Amino acid sequence: MATAAELEPLATFREQAREWLMANFPKSLAHQDAGLSALEGPHDPTPDEAAWTSAMGEKGWGVPTWPRTYGGGGLSRAETRVLQDEMARIGASNPIGGMGVMMFGPTLLEYGTEEQKQEHIPAIARNQVRWCQGYSEPGAGSDLAALQMFAEDKGDHYLVNGQKTWTSGGQWADKCFALVRTDKTKKHEGISFLLIDMDSPGVEVKPIRLISGASPFCETFFSDVKVPKANLVGREGEGWTIGKRLLQHERSSLSGGGGSAGRLLAGKPLSQVAKDYRGTDSEGRVSDADLRMRLVRHEMDTRAFMLTLRRAALEAKSNSGPSAATSIMKNVGARVTQDRAELGIEIMGMNGLGWDGEGFTEAELAQTRTWLWGKAVSIYGGSSEIQNNIVAKRILGMLDHQ
Amino acid sequence: MAVLTEEQTMLRDMAREWADNESPVTAFRKLRNAAPAEGYDPAAWSEIGQMGWGGIVIPEEHGGSALGYLSLGMVVEQLGRNLAASPLASTGPAATAIALGENDAAKSEWLARIASGDVVATLAVDEGPIHGGPVTTAVVGDRITGTKAFVAEGDSATVFIVAATDGLYLVAGDEGVTRSPRRMADARSHAEVRFDDAPAVPLGGPDLTAKVVDRATALITAEMLGLAEQAFATTNDYLKTRVQFGQPLSTFQALQHRMARMLTELELMRSVVEGALEAIDSGRSDTDQAVSLAKAVAGDTLKLVSREMIQLHGGIGMTDEHDAGFYMKRAAVLEAMWGNAAFHRERFARLNGY
Repeated sequence: MATAAELEPLATFREQAREWLMANFPKSLAHQDAGLSALEGPHDPTPDEAAWTSAMGEKGWGVPTWPRTYGGGGLSRAETRVLQDEMARIGASNPIGGMGVMMFGPTLLEYGTEEQKQEHIPAIARNQVRWCQGYSEPGAGSDLAALQMFAEDKGDHYLVNGQKTWTSGGQWADKCFALVRTDKTKKHEGISFLLIDMDSPGVEVKPIRLISGASPFCETFFSDVKVPKANLVGREGEGWTIGKRLLQHERSSLSGGGGSAGRLLAGKPLSQVAKDYRGTDSEGRVSDADLRMRLVRHEMDTRAFMLTLRRAALEAKSNSGPSAATSIMKNVGARVTQDRAELGIEIMGMNGLGWDGEGFTEAELAQTRTWLWGKAVSIYGGSSEIQNNIVAKRILGMLDHQ
Repeated sequence: MAVLTEEQTMLRDMAREWADNESPVTAFRKLRNAAPAEGYDPAAWSEIGQMGWGGIVIPEEHGGSALGYLSLGMVVEQLGRNLAASPLASTGPAATAIALGENDAAKSEWLARIASGDVVATLAVDEGPIHGGPVTTAVVGDRITGTKAFVAEGDSATVFIVAATDGLYLVAGDEGVTRSPRRMADARSHAEVRFDDAPAVPLGGPDLTAKVVDRATALITAEMLGLAEQAFATTNDYLKTRVQFGQPLSTFQALQHRMARMLTELELMRSVVEGALEAIDSGRSDTDQAVSLAKAVAGDTLKLVSREMIQLHGGIGMTDEHDAGFYMKRAAVLEAMWGNAAFHRERFARLNGY
């Protein structure tokens, strides 16, 4: 139990946060779900959206725990939780996001030079620069270290040639953090971490159309692209270590994505949607007994997942050390997300499989796309099989086949 | 592991140490072979009493330490790892029934004695092989009549907390009480107990029954967690030593992915088990949901892990000489106690309006 003296500063902070939000959060944005917009590209912000983004950017609260020196909020974890509480209370979501916030920023704070931090971090904190990730290549997906894109040392710059693929949001990005090969004789030790301007001559992006109809990913081609040496993060050959660190940030942010407990389908709880579409039995239960039990299993799985996320967060905060929980969360998040989408289309029947045009509600059309898009979550960021390899080897100490 | 206080950490470590040193699985094997009527080792139970574990959920004014169900669950989990046989998981909820009950004389008479391990108390609720069936046991005046099936520790308990049509009653001593042992696969004590006009002390109505059954259910999910963890760890160790096709089994990706999947389920299981125990301790209004969530997930996960323990050990896992069978048999009994996974999914469905 915290003492009154310990609670006092937080109470003051809560008061301040509440007042600031009251003054700066446009009420028109309350409880708005970003939904699929992340997959379908940025839209022109409304005046309210622009004002909210700019206010949060100025305050540094979009990246609350990052240092103030670089435009972050400089808040403690406890203060951050208070801020999140207060935002949730009024239905405000964080307008500052993307790969710069989730993955690249934390990594650069750890490995970047002072100049690099000064150049890039404040721009991320204000949502002024959009980053994409240049990791996967056509021949280097799960076996990422097999990547071939080559950065040739030309004295004051590198000359980059090669291809990346699955570049999320590549067509909307200003800059790319990429793993490139600077030494062809070593596998892991020959990789470096390089920052590339997407408007450099020689960079070309081709969106990849997915089964959902959306094109959030690109093939990205690099032909004789000049990249200044100052854009190397860490030392030459240190890219694998830095890149893996970034993947940890990626995994922990992705594992949160499946948290659908309490999330609404077509604006309602899943059980209610099931009753509306499938009817009820004489006791008022979901009429299809088999579907009803699978809905319950899914709800239980989701709650177990949410409890585990909460437990992992509490454990990370206390000094009881990191548990195995974080390593497996991406797979469970993917499972929960996909099960939910599958149940959604099953409940809606043919109405859950509409592609476009007449006769379908917006919610039904969104359900089709959510279902199809959701198949990616067990593939990207390290497939479920790769996560299982990691768990088996790193946590359980199982061995490589000889 | 939940975030623990220093006191809880000490308690957990002490329980783990005691279970590993004083009550390894070989001790259970000896007990199984000796087959004492009470289904546990009285000397070990006496040590447990001396360490104060019998009083973890008993109020301080009645000789307990009032540390709560998360603490008791941690101890039960550690004992479960080694299949340590004790009436601890039965006495805790029985004591809670008395402590929450409306009879002060019963509190003074029994709680301190349960806390010190001098007395074994247990719940007698079900009247058939499936939990949740109708209760016909009834009280006339201050006498209770009915037959309770598969009462855990029924062979040795001095105090029975008995569910009647209108709530919970305490029956102590042997007047009007007949016990018939039911030898079960797990070699622990489960008896049919008949009450014929036995003197009964009222403790509370059906609400109290539900509350106490939820506590008993949550507590055995902690034992299930201990079993599952150890079954998994034993299997993982075995895969590293057993060589086939010139390779340790642990090098085969098909087996690695099965183990990774099990570890994933175990993490979820730990979260829901601790979640239910914490819900009880903090008096949350949705404790019933948390308990059903825990029992359903625990049932499915322990089933997976204990059955895979046999399969991945191959032929040796089928022998009585190996411990795997002990884990599977105890697991199956715990899965059936206080409602199996199907029962709790149905209950959870009703509680959530499905």
